[in-house]
Amino acid sequence: MTAPDVRAAAPDYPAKRDAACPFAPPPVLRALAEEAPLSRVTIWDGSTPWLVTGHESQRALLGDERVSVDEHRAGFPLFSQAMRDTLEHRPAMVFNLDGAEHRRLRKILTRAFTAKRVQALRPAIQRITDELIDAMLAGPKPADLVTSLAVPLPSLMICELLGVPYEDRDFFQERSAVGVGGTASAEESGASMQALTEYLIGLVRSKKETPGDDVLSDIAERVTAGELSEVEGGLLGLQALVAGHETSANMIALGTVALLRHPEQLALLRDTDDPAVVATATEELLRYLTIPQVGQRRIATADIEIAGEVIREGEGIIIDLPTGNRDPDVFDAPEALDLRSPQGRHQAFGFGPHQCVGQQLARAELQIVYGTLFRRIPTLTPAVEFDEIEFKHDALAFGVHALPVTW
Amino acid sequence: MNVTVDRERCCGAGNCVVLAPEVFDQRDEDGTVVLLDPTPPEALAGSVGEAVDQCPGRAIEAYDIRP
Repeated sequence: MTAPDVRAAAPDYPAKRDAACPFAPPPVLRALAEEAPLSRVTIWDGSTPWLVTGHESQRALLGDERVSVDEHRAGFPLFSQAMRDTLEHRPAMVFNLDGAEHRRLRKILTRAFTAKRVQALRPAIQRITDELIDAMLAGPKPADLVTSLAVPLPSLMICELLGVPYEDRDFFQERSAVGVGGTASAEESGASMQALTEYLIGLVRSKKETPGDDVLSDIAERVTAGELSEVEGGLLGLQALVAGHETSANMIALGTVALLRHPEQLALLRDTDDPAVVATATEELLRYLTIPQVGQRRIATADIEIAGEVIREGEGIIIDLPTGNRDPDVFDAPEALDLRSPQGRHQAFGFGPHQCVGQQLARAELQIVYGTLFRRIPTLTPAVEFDEIEFKHDALAFGVHALPVTW
Repeated sequence: MNVTVDRERCCGAGNCVVLAPEVFDQRDEDGTVVLLDPTPPEALAGSVGEAVDQCPGRAIEAYDIRP
């Protein structure tokens, strides 16, 4: 297919990755990105929103006040028919509010994720990581790295942050894995989400009486102040769970797959105890893998001139972060995984007022896991052939369903 | 070098604190930016510049008023 054809065709989005190079964005999106920073794609309902692949254009639009996340506006590029069907019943959330309303809700969460609070969590993250690795080493070989480490670590940290009591953590972890893990049926997943929502609403209620130093207590305080209802408070906690659970888990497991495929890069992490080296390596893995794979969805609330095009008021916009993070105008050798190369400008966490609120926690978890796993288990190796690894091609965030490893 | 911050624009991502902890902090109550040093030394120009560049809310400005 020649390049002008691919633009004229407004190809389907999301697109399929090449199974032979699963870490790279889908070939058809790369072809679009090579042609221009903005193009058109066709989504499930037949509409043709803008697709933004250029890094600078992504940055500009994600930070532009004329670009809205309000999914209730006509023309918003929704993810699916299921999203349209539930549109009227979906409450206002951090994900679908703009401006002052968004800031009000976000600030309840930001308090828990400050750089200082995350710094203070590092010893706990390290301890849990070591305990999970101990348990894996004591168990049978091969082990599944996803269920042994990648899923439980972020899940336990979210429990810690939200303030889920110890005795409820098994229930919470199990329901989270089913609810947002992406492997259960829609019915099972829906039932788990319902159970979690009810549980979190109940927990907000009890934190009103007996607060602790945690996010649900912060939320409960706003409920008592009359700023939020108990249901809104429980949903806010659920959003923190959904956004932070699967994403970090996917990055832990997928990052490990990528490193096992690049042994010379893995050696760098295995042989260092310098936190600065690990931090730079983590940013490069975030850039190289950029796991959100269904696009950041937006709509223009005014005409916007950008990169020689005009996005009209009411037109849908999809920002594809993985292609932007391989933009050769911004990154030298973007196709290579080079853990020594500082890649501070990557947008794996997005940009603008909706940039990931939990990013410092994610960074801390990833730095500790990548900095610990290969030093503790220098002989770590996949227990299956690379082409037998099942990748999450259809999930919201890219990852692997399982990663059998041995040592 | 002079630095100003706009707390209204701040979305509490915390990148500035990670990049230039000598210059930026976050309020405990809501994670919004606190400017520790409005006139940081030149030695910090690189990390302050990165903090400006990586602020998702574009809440930080740095400028040099020397002639």
